[in-house]
Amino acid sequence: MVLERSAYLSTVQARHDEGYIYLADLTCVDYLNNPTRDLVDGVSLERFELVVNLRSFAPPAIVRLRVQVPEQDPLVPSIFGFYPGAEAMEREVFDLFGIRFEDHPDLTRILLPEDWEGHPLRKDYGVGRVPVQFKEVKRNR
Amino acid sequence: MPLEDLSYNFLTGNVEKLVQWARKASVWPATFGLACCAIEMMASGAADFDLARFGMEVFRASPRQSDLMIVAGRVSQKMAPVLRQVYDQMMEPKWVISMGVCASTGGMFNNYAIVQGVDQIVPVDVYAPGCPPGPETLMHAILTLHHQIQTGEILRRRAAGEKGTTVKMIGEPATTKMLGGVEDLV
Amino acid sequence: MTNAIYTVIRPEGDNRFGLVQETSEGLQELGDRATTSTAALAKEIGSTLRIPEGEAELESDSDDGRMIINMGPQHPSTHGVLRIMLEIEGETVLRSKPVVGYLHTGMEKTAENLTYLQGTTNVTRMDYLSPLNNELVFCLAAESLLGIELPERATWIRMLMSELNRIASHVMWLATNGMDLGSTSMMIFGFRDREMVLSFFEKTSGLRMNNNYIRVGGVAADLPDGWEDDVTAIIDTIEARTHDYDELITGQPIFRERVVGVGTLSPQEAVALSASGPILRASGVPWDLRKEMPYLFYDQIDFDVIVGSVGDTYDRYAVRLFEIRESISIVRQIIDRMPRGPYRALDPKVTPPPRARIDESMEALIHHFKLFTEGIRIPPGESYVAIESPRGELGCYMVSDGSARPFRMHIRGPSFVNLQSLPVMLHGGLLADAVAVISSVDPVMGEVDR
Repeated sequence: MVLERSAYLSTVQARHDEGYIYLADLTCVDYLNNPTRDLVDGVSLERFELVVNLRSFAPPAIVRLRVQVPEQDPLVPSIFGFYPGAEAMEREVFDLFGIRFEDHPDLTRILLPEDWEGHPLRKDYGVGRVPVQFKEVKRNR
Repeated sequence: MPLEDLSYNFLTGNVEKLVQWARKASVWPATFGLACCAIEMMASGAADFDLARFGMEVFRASPRQSDLMIVAGRVSQKMAPVLRQVYDQMMEPKWVISMGVCASTGGMFNNYAIVQGVDQIVPVDVYAPGCPPGPETLMHAILTLHHQIQTGEILRRRAAGEKGTTVKMIGEPATTKMLGGVEDLV
Repeated sequence: MTNAIYTVIRPEGDNRFGLVQETSEGLQELGDRATTSTAALAKEIGSTLRIPEGEAELESDSDDGRMIINMGPQHPSTHGVLRIMLEIEGETVLRSKPVVGYLHTGMEKTAENLTYLQGTTNVTRMDYLSPLNNELVFCLAAESLLGIELPERATWIRMLMSELNRIASHVMWLATNGMDLGSTSMMIFGFRDREMVLSFFEKTSGLRMNNNYIRVGGVAADLPDGWEDDVTAIIDTIEARTHDYDELITGQPIFRERVVGVGTLSPQEAVALSASGPILRASGVPWDLRKEMPYLFYDQIDFDVIVGSVGDTYDRYAVRLFEIRESISIVRQIIDRMPRGPYRALDPKVTPPPRARIDESMEALIHHFKLFTEGIRIPPGESYVAIESPRGELGCYMVSDGSARPFRMHIRGPSFVNLQSLPVMLHGGLLADAVAVISSVDPVMGEVDR
């Protein structure tokens, strides 16, 4: 389900009460300049999309929430209150994408050194290749 | 009984050769296993490919007690200062084997997060390629190192400064003063 | 000063899996983190240490006897580069914080620049103890977007490889766990068995570890002739030796004292912290993705899910030991049921044609050329696929934009999420138990840091 940011917390609460008590995955996608996404009525597509996968155990099911996060104001409420397991995942999203989470107990960089600047998994951050002798042939992609 | 009849009981040679033989026959590696190569390093210390026959099954945890640092695995930017610190804490004479392509040149990960070759941080004596290098490759690298220790080639190179084509150092060059050298214990 | 008491609210009722609990952090009012000083953070109640990594010294009073010590990233407990900051009082661990990132390789960024054929080489190095499982989840995600149908033999070969990998990984875990608890002979025994499995992998795929074998559209090459005898010899030997290890370790009083009752994790805590795999099952939650949401052909295979009762380190050990036996029985069933047929999809847009045909047919040559230079084009979409790896739920979320490279590939590493349950397990235990508990969680730093 594709969501707006304002509906995020309430939807998570609703799913949690329905029985989706296990957080499987929380990640983010950067859709800079990429038009190929199916549009959903009433939801404006933003640059970042936070993807949350929730599981229920009985009956075994999985639901996916896709929350749109605008680029100018990358702030999202944290679901640490419902799923303490989100702590490390949200820290990773902050580290690699720069999306801040409100009410997160410890929002610091987890994978990169603390004094790193930039958010590597954004599309406008280069890979950081070191030129290798004889390999830099122009490739067309 | 005259001394000449006991000649089969005596071995004669240089002190230097004796010292080199002692150094090569009991190299103690420091555990610096980072990633997949660490598993192959452990496998080469284990049953089918035994490192104990070279006197090297003792992987010392403390760098102060080890001679050889086998950098096994990819070195990330966060790990690089730790690597340098461990290298500095080792006592002379010390050697470094860079195991695997990630440690030698950055391997298949040519990106922002991996140091492109551990020889940007520590001076390396032997490079062992492979992803991961099988235990046979690692043992070949170790035996190459042993041969170089035995012939004294490494120390000769270091004295001549051949190896010292500028390694970009972070901070001051290593001395025993750094990080709690012998003087602090006095 | 009173000791910190960790309160756990357990819900009433017969809800089998429990509700998410409110941890004592949730009951407390947390101020904005930027305004909270380190000294105040040091006085927080709970089991997770939230002090910034650089400031490991308590500035304020030291007469309460608490110290923050640092374990790692280079330490002899052979679990890779994990750094743990422990707040201890005497020998008792109060709070802890695992610090990861020392092996961060930027694999997800690299994956956006590699084709799907090269992607498996990238992904396989994440969980380097069970590389075929990483490749499997990547290929399942790519194939779910591609929408192709695999031949049966390919799926059965994948299952065989995955289960053999599980056996190798759990035997390796027995080896390193034995080493951490002091039994060097267990280490040697474990590697001896692992060598047998690795030599079979080398015979089939060409590499001992990190074999780029499971690819999009099937597997890279067919199983060698006489594989049934090889695999039967391997699993018979491992089965007999597992019995030996059982006798060596399980009843031994020293092992039991070190391990029983240590590092307990209740089922509600495990579900709340998103633990998965042997940790979740040892706590009493009977959740195994192979049974509950079967992928490949696991619904046609008969096996049991091993569930523990208490959730301590001993249960995790027992779960993994019995899982070796279950995997052996699964492999036996696979050997009986392996069908004949092609080992990869015959769709020329996905899998390269056999090399002999390149000499004969122009289309085969063109397809081969396109596949190896440009790659497989996958229609746009997004998909999340999860499998049960030896460490837990290994998931792959893939977004494709129609080109030959994934637009975004995210791997949900089970060890990354399982490490969050480490502070809860270490709380209140002794410092010496920390090694046993970390070893039982079985983190593989390659997939923690990616």
